[in-house]
Amino acid sequence: MAQFRSKEKKTPPAISTQSLPDIIFMLIFFFMVSTTMRESTLLVKKPHLPKATEFTKLEKKSLVSNIYIAAPTLQLQKIYGTQPVIQLNESIEDCSKIVQFVELEKESMPANDRSKMTVSLKVDSKAKMGIVTDVKMELRKANALKISYSVVPKN
Amino acid sequence: MADISFMLLIFFLVATTMDTDKGLFRMLPPYQDPTEQQEDIKVLDKNLFVVLVNKDDKLMVEKKPMNSRDLRKACKEFLLNMNNDSEDKRYPGYTEENIPGIGTVKVTKAIVSIQNDRATSYDKYIEVQNEIIAAYNEVKDIYAKKYFKKPFNDLKENQQDIIKQIIPQKISEAEPKNIGGK
Repeated sequence: MAQFRSKEKKTPPAISTQSLPDIIFMLIFFFMVSTTMRESTLLVKKPHLPKATEFTKLEKKSLVSNIYIAAPTLQLQKIYGTQPVIQLNESIEDCSKIVQFVELEKESMPANDRSKMTVSLKVDSKAKMGIVTDVKMELRKANALKISYSVVPKN
Repeated sequence: MADISFMLLIFFLVATTMDTDKGLFRMLPPYQDPTEQQEDIKVLDKNLFVVLVNKDDKLMVEKKPMNSRDLRKACKEFLLNMNNDSEDKRYPGYTEENIPGIGTVKVTKAIVSIQNDRATSYDKYIEVQNEIIAAYNEVKDIYAKKYFKKPFNDLKENQQDIIKQIIPQKISEAEPKNIGGK
């Protein structure tokens, strides 16, 4: 018996940690490459996007501007109510500010790419079409005709 | 060394959002000043595939109520059938066009018209849009297999353009009515 015990006590050799930094660096590079910084803090609740199957991926991120339409966050509901509102950049704005918003966004883009500007509408699926139609009308006035209704893939 | 890289790793882990933006693409018509006189474009009734969505998210397609599950099939049928018989009101007319590389083909005059209420939910609106785009994509696939023996997505860009000429995607959206309140 004693013989067996002494055999069991032999611990396996410790795993070498020499390659640990390499592995961590590999992970770092992976996350660095795939990271996109969150560009604006959401003042509205995270929109519950509708599901669709026939979507296309938005390519050039720098040419895409986001317009959020959803109910305000709980803290802001005292001011803005519970109905869906429009968020442009960092603030909740009225429909009439969209023309101005599009112009500012266009100015920040390289001049020869301005015609390719796409507006991504991130609209909560519970929102009504009324507010969406108003936004679309303003976008037509602002001559930002390429739009994309943001969706999540349906499986 | 490992500690610092761990710190960096954790920072990027927290800062990462990996969502790629996916969406339904759409071109809006240019803005027209309502004070300016506009010429109305006359479209024959038989060329129109009318989809109405009311405030209760109920669908009316070609004057008949319909479940949204059947919309894709109905739309596809409308896009694939055509005749120039003015007596037949069911299917749209066509023009014969000579397309380089293929020859003379019938090009449908079909236009899909969507009209919704201001109180229609966005969810339903996207569902209807999705079904109609899906119908167009299925028709494109049929033509792609017929002329190039391959699915549409595997075609070269110039071949895709040819298919797009055969089946032009015409979706018209009327200004919504305001029946159901805001």
